[in-house]
Order: sequence, then C-alpha cells, then structure tokens
Amino acid sequence: MESLFALDNLWLALLLKLALIVVFFLTAPLVVGYIEHKGLAHMQARLGPMEAAFHGIGQLPADGIKFIQKEDIIPENADKWVFSMAPGVALVPALVVLAVIPMGPGVFAEDLDVGIFFALAVSSVSVIGILMAAWSSANKYSLMGGIRAAAQLIAYELPLVLAAAAVVLQAGTLSLVGIVEAQNEFRLFGVIPAAYAIPQLVGLILFFVAALAELSRPPFDMPIADSEIIFGHMTEYTGLRYAFFMLAEYAGIVVLSALAAVLFLGGWYLWPGVPLPSFAVGPIPGDVVAALVGFGVMFAKIATLAFVMIWFRATFPRLREDQLQRISWLIFIPLAILNIVVTAIFKVVA
Amino acid sequence: MTVPQVGLFKGLALTLKTMLKPATTAQYPHVKPDLPPRTRGVIALMEENCTVCMLCSRECPDWCIYIDSHKEVVPPKDEGARARTRNVLDRFAIDFALCMYCGICIEVCPFDALFWSPEFEYATYNLLELTHEKERLRAWMETVPPPPPLESGAELPKEVSDGLAAARKAAEARAAAAAPAAKAAGAEPKAAAGAAAAKTGKKVEDDIHVEAQIDQEVFDQLIAEGKSERVARAKAKAAYVRKEKARIRAERETANT
Repeated sequence: MESLFALDNLWLALLLKLALIVVFFLTAPLVVGYIEHKGLAHMQARLGPMEAAFHGIGQLPADGIKFIQKEDIIPENADKWVFSMAPGVALVPALVVLAVIPMGPGVFAEDLDVGIFFALAVSSVSVIGILMAAWSSANKYSLMGGIRAAAQLIAYELPLVLAAAAVVLQAGTLSLVGIVEAQNEFRLFGVIPAAYAIPQLVGLILFFVAALAELSRPPFDMPIADSEIIFGHMTEYTGLRYAFFMLAEYAGIVVLSALAAVLFLGGWYLWPGVPLPSFAVGPIPGDVVAALVGFGVMFAKIATLAFVMIWFRATFPRLREDQLQRISWLIFIPLAILNIVVTAIFKVVA
Repeated sequence: MTVPQVGLFKGLALTLKTMLKPATTAQYPHVKPDLPPRTRGVIALMEENCTVCMLCSRECPDWCIYIDSHKEVVPPKDEGARARTRNVLDRFAIDFALCMYCGICIEVCPFDALFWSPEFEYATYNLLELTHEKERLRAWMETVPPPPPLESGAELPKEVSDGLAAARKAAEARAAAAAPAAKAAGAEPKAAAGAAAAKTGKKVEDDIHVEAQIDQEVFDQLIAEGKSERVARAKAKAAYVRKEKARIRAERETANT
C-alpha cells in the first residue's frame, strides 16, 4: 500500500510527512495526559483539574507554559553535555517510531518491510537517554533509578519482542501495514473473522504488561519510585528538560498503544473483514474518507489502551524490584517462547 | 475455591466502579460548603446583652478579648430613690489572629452575649484586620443560625414555658371576662362579681390545691403501653391532679348555683 502523502515532489512529501508526525507527536500525548488527569482523578473519587478552561482541558498546555518559564538548573557536578542531551535522546525514539506506525489506510509516513523490527529497535534506544540522565546527574538517586531502569528495560524488552515475534510469525510479514492487512484476511478456524487478540491472547497480555514495564508505568515504576529514590533519573531535572522526559513518557504510551493496536487489535479496521467506508463525500475522494475513518478507529483503540494503562495505575501498587525481575525472567519470557512455539506449530499444521 | 490472581480483577472492578460514581470533591470557592449549624467559624457579639462582666475576657486562654468600659450614673426612676450606676461598653474586640476557637468565652457568658457563627471567610492580607471590633462582631450576629430544635420530650426552656403560661392565663382571663358579659343581660350581681373576679386576673383553678398522687388506673395503662416507669408515674400524677381539679371545680359550681 502507498502512503497518501507520497507526492511527486520528494522534498515536499518529506516536509508534509514530518510536519504531520510532529503535530501528532505533540498533540496525542496531550490527549493521553488529559485522559490520565481525569480518569485517575475519578477513579480516586476526585474531579481532577477543573479550573484551566472547560473541565481543565487547558491544564496540560498551561503546565507546558509553566515548564518553559522555569529556571533550567544544571547541577554543578553534572556532566553538562550529557546532562543536557539526555532528554532529547529519550524523546527522539518515540518521534522516529511514529514514522512507521500506520494510523489508517495510507496514513503513515513510510511502510518499511521491517516495520515492527524497526519500531522495537528504535524504541529501545530511549533506555540510553535514561542511562545518560542517570549517570550525568551526579546524584545517587538518579544513578540508582537509572540502573533500575536499565535492568527493567532489558528484562522486559525480551517478552515484548517475543510477543511481537509470534504475531509476525502468524502474519508472515514484518511490515506493520502488512500485519494489519493480514489480520483483516485472518479467519479463526477458517471461518470467523477475528483480530489477533483472540488467537494471540497470551501474546497480547504479555505485550501489554511488558509495554507497561518498558514505559516505567505503575505498577512497574520502580525506576522513578518516588517513595524510595525520589524521582529516579529525573531527580535533577527542571523546566523544559523535565517536560521533555514527561513528553517522552506520554509519547511512549501512544507509540506502544499504537503498536499493540496494530499487532493485536486489527489496526485501523473496526473489525477484521469489515471494509472501511470508501465512498466519496462531496468533494472528498473515497480513499481520504476511508483514511479519516480509519484514523478515528485507530485513535479510539490507542485511547482505550492508554485508558487501561491509567486504570492499572490507579489500581495496582508498585511491585518490589526483585518481584519485577522474577516475573519477567521466570514467567513472561518462558511463556513468550512457548507462545512462539505453539504459534509456529499451528502455522505449519494449518 | 479461590481463583488465582482474582484480586487483581477485584481491584480493577473497584476502581472502575469508583470512576463511574460521582466524585466527592467539593468545589469550594464556586460552591459554598454545607456546614453544620454548630460550626466554629467566627464569634458574634450581641452587644445589647453584654453587661461588661469581663468573664469572657478573663477566661480566654489566649487573652484575645479586649474590653473597655465606663460607668454611667442613671437618674433614679422614682422621686427620692437612689441613683443607679450601670456599665457602658466602649470597646469589645476579639483578635482572631490569637483566638484558638476554644469557645470558652461563649460557654462562660452568663448573659447570652456571645455566639458561634459558621461564617469563616474573613482571612485578610493584614494581620491587624483580624481584630474585629464590636461593630463587626455585632454584624456577625446576622449570620448566627437559630438554635437547634429541642429533643422530643425535653422540658421547655424556662423563658418559653413562663411565656406560654402567661399567655394562657391572659387568654383564659379574656374568655372569662367575655362569658359573664354575655350573661350580663340576665344581670345578677353574682355575674358581676364573677366578672370582677375575672378582671382581677385570678383563675378559679389556681385556688384549688391538690396534693399530687399517682392515678393507679392511668399508671397501669401506660405501663401496659410500654412507657418507661418514670414517664408513666409523671403522667399518672398529672392525670390525677387534672381529674381532682375538675372534680373540685364541678363541686364548687354546684355549690354556687
């Protein structure tokens, strides 16, 4: 499938794609942040932000303006270059991954043949940003948080990749667009149209929980456990650099929710086998209508998964560091490998 | 049988249920809080009731009540009587920057001059403005809620029961004055005498004195109804007195005619 934005002029197309990715990158995390503000508040019988604009929708932009105004403090003993580079290194991977995620039919910057491989590989770069921040802060809490983050991200990278590998095996392609199309064609027992969430239920659970751990979201927020190590690698950060770390976290939620939606929930299709409406509405051509509807469906799936992440945050207490490692190495990774084996057997037999 | 990890789902169900219920947040500056009437917000002064006895000021643990007064000589009411002196309040101030809202001044006031008001929004940027002078304290009286209703079966306050008794007496006197007046066509000096008696405001019944005894019949009936012994005894006594008075009155009336 061709991208809708593949214009004849290569440079113009590139500029258009970049602009759209940046706009999505800056707005989608705000939506997730607002869902978190309000959802978390209501789960705790609170109202959440109410003063900034209508029901607090202006809260996050206001916070952003506040962060810009704050003094940018760099500790005296910090490794200044590394310290100031770290938020960028943590932030950029999320931005780059967005380039390959299909948000609708034709709504993607590039359909790489190794899409899922690229996405997972790039998103694991952010751990370097966290380690840079931890080491350069010259703060023992930062360092402890960074070490925890490194151990956790390595431990949960494996189940994440293995769960995705099972999907790749079933779909027979590494391309994210290809995986969505393969799910659209997929029939359970050869008759029932179903997304991969049903045959790959174990994979979905593994992927989702591992994504929570990758993002250091509660109940896996040991790297920034505020009651133990202040705020982990972000302890020494203020102002805009701190805002970048927060943006990286929420952009990470969007990216991993989008990946989960593509891999397991059928991507931009409302239900596998049900085509999107592609008739022209007035001057709008049919494929654009389909793209818009597909984008809406995809975004709803991302928002739902983000909501479940927030729901988990409101419900579960933080795990202990050794419990975290135990779950990953003794339960998730063997389960993920078993999942691959079973998927492979079904793939060969069927 | 317990399903493994079922607690995780119970937790999820709880948070979801909480989310769907209305939040308990009180949006304070926009919505005023619904405070109970006995809330300790601010102390109000009923200036007219104050006799400058200084009890509040002396009992205050923080010494935050300031009172100034002078004596005034009131000319005698009657010719040749002695002139009286009376205290006049010049200043009554409470420094709410010092006050710890213990309420001892209100408890101790013997003349009902101090009251709690639930108003609490009088914070200022200037510490000195927290000293409320008597005009301001008098203005707080407007916000003092009425006292809570008495418990059912409670004895009425003395002021109320005295007032009610006086009112009843006056009403009966009027009725007594009206009844003979209607009869006056038939004249008779006796009626006139009766009217005269009524005019003096004396009720016939008040002359009758009955020693209170327990009316056994009423007592038994009340006990059977499940009333407590104390209540039954009191009611039985009242019933006995009422019955006796009615009997004596009837006797006198027959004697009169």
